[in-house]
Amino acid sequence: MVAARPLALLVLLLLGPVGQAEHPRDSFREELVVTPLPSGDVAATFQFRTRWDTELQREGDTDHYFLRYAVLPREVVCTENLTPWKKLLPCSSKAGLSVLLKADRLFHTSYHSQAVHIRPICRNAHCTSISWELRQTLSVVFDAFVTGQGKKDWSLFRMFSRTLTEPCPLASESRVYVDITSYSQDNKTLEVNPPPTTTYQDVILGTQKTYAVYDLLNTAMINNSRNLNLQLKWKRPPENETPPVPFLHAQRYVSGYGLQKGELSTLLYNTHPYRAFPVLLLDTVPWYLRLYVHTLTITSKGKENKPSEELSRKPDPPRSLCYIHYQPAQDRRQPHLLEMLIQLPAHSVTKVSIQFERALLKWTEYTPDPNHGFYVSPSVLSALVPSLVAAKQVDWEGSPLFNTLFPVSDGSSHFIRLYTEPLLVNLPTPDFSMPYNVICLTCTVVAVCYGSFYNLLTRTFHIEEPSTGGLAKRLANLIRRARGVPPL
Amino acid sequence: MGLLSDPVRRRALARLVLRLNAPLCLLSYVAGIAWFLALAFPPLTQRTYMSENAMGSTMVEEQFVGGERARVFARDFAAYRRKSGALPVAWLERTMRSVGLEVYTQSFSRKLPFPDETHERYMVSGTNVYGILRALRAASTESLVLTVPCGPDSTNSQAVGLLLALAAHFRGQIYWAKDIIFLVTEHDLLGTEAWLEAYHDVNVTGMQSSFLQGRAGAIQAAVALELSSDVVTSLDVIVEGLNGQLPNLDLLNLFQTFCQKGGLLCTLQGKLQPQDWTSLDGPLQGLQTLLLMVLRQASGRSHGPHGLFLRYGVEALTLRGINSFRQYKYDLVAVGKALEGMFRKLNHLLERLHQSFFFYLLPALSRFVSIGLYMPAAGFLLLVLGLKALELWMQLHEAGVGPEEGGGSPGPSSSLLSAQGVGLASLVAPLLISQAVGLALYILPVLGQHVATQHFPVSESEAVVLTLLAIYAAGLALPHNTHRVVTTQAPDRGWMALKLVALIYLALQLGCITLTNFSLGFLLAATMVPAAVLTKPHGPRPLYAALLVLTSPAAVLLGSLFLWRELQEMPLSLAEGWQLFLSALAQGVLEHHTYGALLFPLLALGLYPCWLLFWNVLFWK
Repeated sequence: MVAARPLALLVLLLLGPVGQAEHPRDSFREELVVTPLPSGDVAATFQFRTRWDTELQREGDTDHYFLRYAVLPREVVCTENLTPWKKLLPCSSKAGLSVLLKADRLFHTSYHSQAVHIRPICRNAHCTSISWELRQTLSVVFDAFVTGQGKKDWSLFRMFSRTLTEPCPLASESRVYVDITSYSQDNKTLEVNPPPTTTYQDVILGTQKTYAVYDLLNTAMINNSRNLNLQLKWKRPPENETPPVPFLHAQRYVSGYGLQKGELSTLLYNTHPYRAFPVLLLDTVPWYLRLYVHTLTITSKGKENKPSEELSRKPDPPRSLCYIHYQPAQDRRQPHLLEMLIQLPAHSVTKVSIQFERALLKWTEYTPDPNHGFYVSPSVLSALVPSLVAAKQVDWEGSPLFNTLFPVSDGSSHFIRLYTEPLLVNLPTPDFSMPYNVICLTCTVVAVCYGSFYNLLTRTFHIEEPSTGGLAKRLANLIRRARGVPPL
Repeated sequence: MGLLSDPVRRRALARLVLRLNAPLCLLSYVAGIAWFLALAFPPLTQRTYMSENAMGSTMVEEQFVGGERARVFARDFAAYRRKSGALPVAWLERTMRSVGLEVYTQSFSRKLPFPDETHERYMVSGTNVYGILRALRAASTESLVLTVPCGPDSTNSQAVGLLLALAAHFRGQIYWAKDIIFLVTEHDLLGTEAWLEAYHDVNVTGMQSSFLQGRAGAIQAAVALELSSDVVTSLDVIVEGLNGQLPNLDLLNLFQTFCQKGGLLCTLQGKLQPQDWTSLDGPLQGLQTLLLMVLRQASGRSHGPHGLFLRYGVEALTLRGINSFRQYKYDLVAVGKALEGMFRKLNHLLERLHQSFFFYLLPALSRFVSIGLYMPAAGFLLLVLGLKALELWMQLHEAGVGPEEGGGSPGPSSSLLSAQGVGLASLVAPLLISQAVGLALYILPVLGQHVATQHFPVSESEAVVLTLLAIYAAGLALPHNTHRVVTTQAPDRGWMALKLVALIYLALQLGCITLTNFSLGFLLAATMVPAAVLTKPHGPRPLYAALLVLTSPAAVLLGSLFLWRELQEMPLSLAEGWQLFLSALAQGVLEHHTYGALLFPLLALGLYPCWLLFWNVLFWK
């Protein structure tokens, strides 16, 4: 089961040639992928793609100086995230798949992820003119325990409390895909209603998948019953088998206790039985956690995963850690940036840990809820994960939208970007209340008193008898008095 | 300041302090004790109140009805436990998964420094099982913990049953904003400690444990549950944690709110709270509860699994179901509803609990004494040490300065300096020797247990305790060893300087202890101060010696045990008391090694050497 993650809105402006094929102009495609998970939960992913022509200013080449990465570690998920997002759709929520986007159902799910991607696309092979692509995705996981009352059967109506009635008139493609992979060989385990007219097979995330396809533009699909309510019934419910573990997953936590020091630990799991692969780990840490870079340790299988050792033994790749980039923080201006390429050995857990010290903020810099803690943004993992099944190169435009989410580079591996969980770190926080003022005042008084007392305790006092002095002094004083100068 | 810097007035003031020293000391000591006894009376005790806004105004409706389910779970658990003889890990995993939790296990092992005879364990290995309920729309950054410790026998099975039934109920709700961890630990507190260390990825006590697979962010609060019967007559709440740490008072207020709401009978230290605070009876009963709390807090032990959470900055308390002969009983639904209410309110927390008091004493469940009001009691006691030290300092000073002022003999300053130099040099030996005895007391018993068992017919645990007592008693022979080493020219100056140093040392130690653990500091101050002040090498020496021995740290421990059982209305006979004392010694050493309790090193390395200095003063020749 996946926990809901804060919605990280990442707008990536990649200025450069991406696709080469000739595209239809001003098109809109939408699709819904429904995947029953082994745990009994159901995942639903919406994809909407709008493409239009424009004459926006663009640079000649990709300039990496204009590449920016920003992250907001905490975002409370609510309907206000959904409403403006829905307004970007051409049919809004009036027709097509978007009628299913009903806020009260979408926010009763155990996972919610919503994204907007915008990027330029070359219109021809020479990239003389470009189109812009706006892609919106929304993934939710329906919890079988809460929404299904323990039942694992589902239907569109039960999930969204709506059914599909008509396609969006502006859409050039409007489809629903249902994952029936593990059940297609043996039809007795489950039943999809209405029965699919076509199926689609492809390699997704390195495994062979079969989907039942329902095309809303196919008029027969809707006309039969005026609406389409997809249903899935389990004939033999899946046993409590352990869900398959992905090849790459990660976990992050803060270790240690107390308010002085701590350690950020990231665990990277490679569960592939025999293939090692490299992972690019990107960490941004706020400046108020002062990282001790010399404590950065990377251990796999109980041994230190060090570049120098591996390099001395084997001059050629695979090297363990061949790239590391660190940009130190500047107080109140810029966070730490740590980027590493780490080789994950096959079937191993790699622990990346770095110690930090918690800084004292100025008292005006604390948030209104300082005792809640401060958020540290998730690490970002990017990797080419080896596939079990080789994927064939496909025509991007012809294949479903969800397929292009996981680009395949050479068929033997697929690209994955993972975000770990955000962290909540407590900083030393003064008590912003009356006792705090009292303590400040008392300390001042004590400090003032201490000086005087110390002075008294360390000094010895002697009584000096007023002596009359010698003859010379008396004479001198006489002269001084005559001159009008104070006596000695 | 002008008063002190004027030599004439200063001398007058000094004479005043010197002449009135004894009455001032007595007055201060009596004031300290009286202040402490007055803490249970209304102007000093206040009503508790909820400070945290997030938990205060909103009310929740409890819907837990799974009492029958809890009993079924408990019966199954007890049956599986009897069958396997250990924690039924597989059954727990299966059941937790079936109610929809994310389940993980953690195995741990620990070899105790010596066999624990009270719990009958030495090489301990066990498995903790925990399930995480993931909050629907949160990012697993915060969590709450409900934990049930399982001991060697099949007690606490009802608590496990209730935990599982609550988990099943909680899983069906959509309002959770924090993850909830349901933790069942084996071997009581050892399991809890192992889990906490693994969760925070630290190793404080040398526990070997497997790595935790699942985590749920920063733990905001924890509740430990101990239930051994299907029905309870009352719920006892325990707040005292490791090294006298206490949870935030708001957590206790929360519990009390739901006690009142559900009409549950709730007790503190096993005592009901008095209804009438206006007459004398109420406060007197409150004083009893307060004394029990002081004794418990002073022991520095974790009196429930919650105590270990406190070190990690997690507010926690233990609820213990009591089944006595009272007529009216509550079933598991009532307890479950109280827990549900507490968790729902904790779920509302926006910040971790910080609004209310962290330092307090409780004369009753709904009354508390804040730190500002109880500190003067200890302050008065420590003032006695300060006054006495001041007197000694002046006497030492006058002894040096006196001849200069009176007769004006030549070269007084050089003789004063040399006398002081000799005085300080003569202090080095007693200080070093007493500290060395303290160090031996700390290290040797555990280190030498095997040697002792080879040469004497005792078990390891007995060997440790007997070595402790032997070294402790051997320390009393110290003065006969040191006065040969020390050559003193001015006989009086020697012991006065030593006593001055000892007084300041004691005052510093007690001051530091009082700041962190008031109960321990106050208890030690109340017993050690009079003897420390009175001790001198002439006068009724046997009387002083008896007083000193009676107020030595070990005797205070023995006395506290008797007082403790007396207040619980279970008086001890002398033989029982002695047995309890021996097992308390062994427990003290064990707690230090297994959980990091600081009472044993504090007594062995700090207070015992300091006390030896006074013993040394008494037998100064």
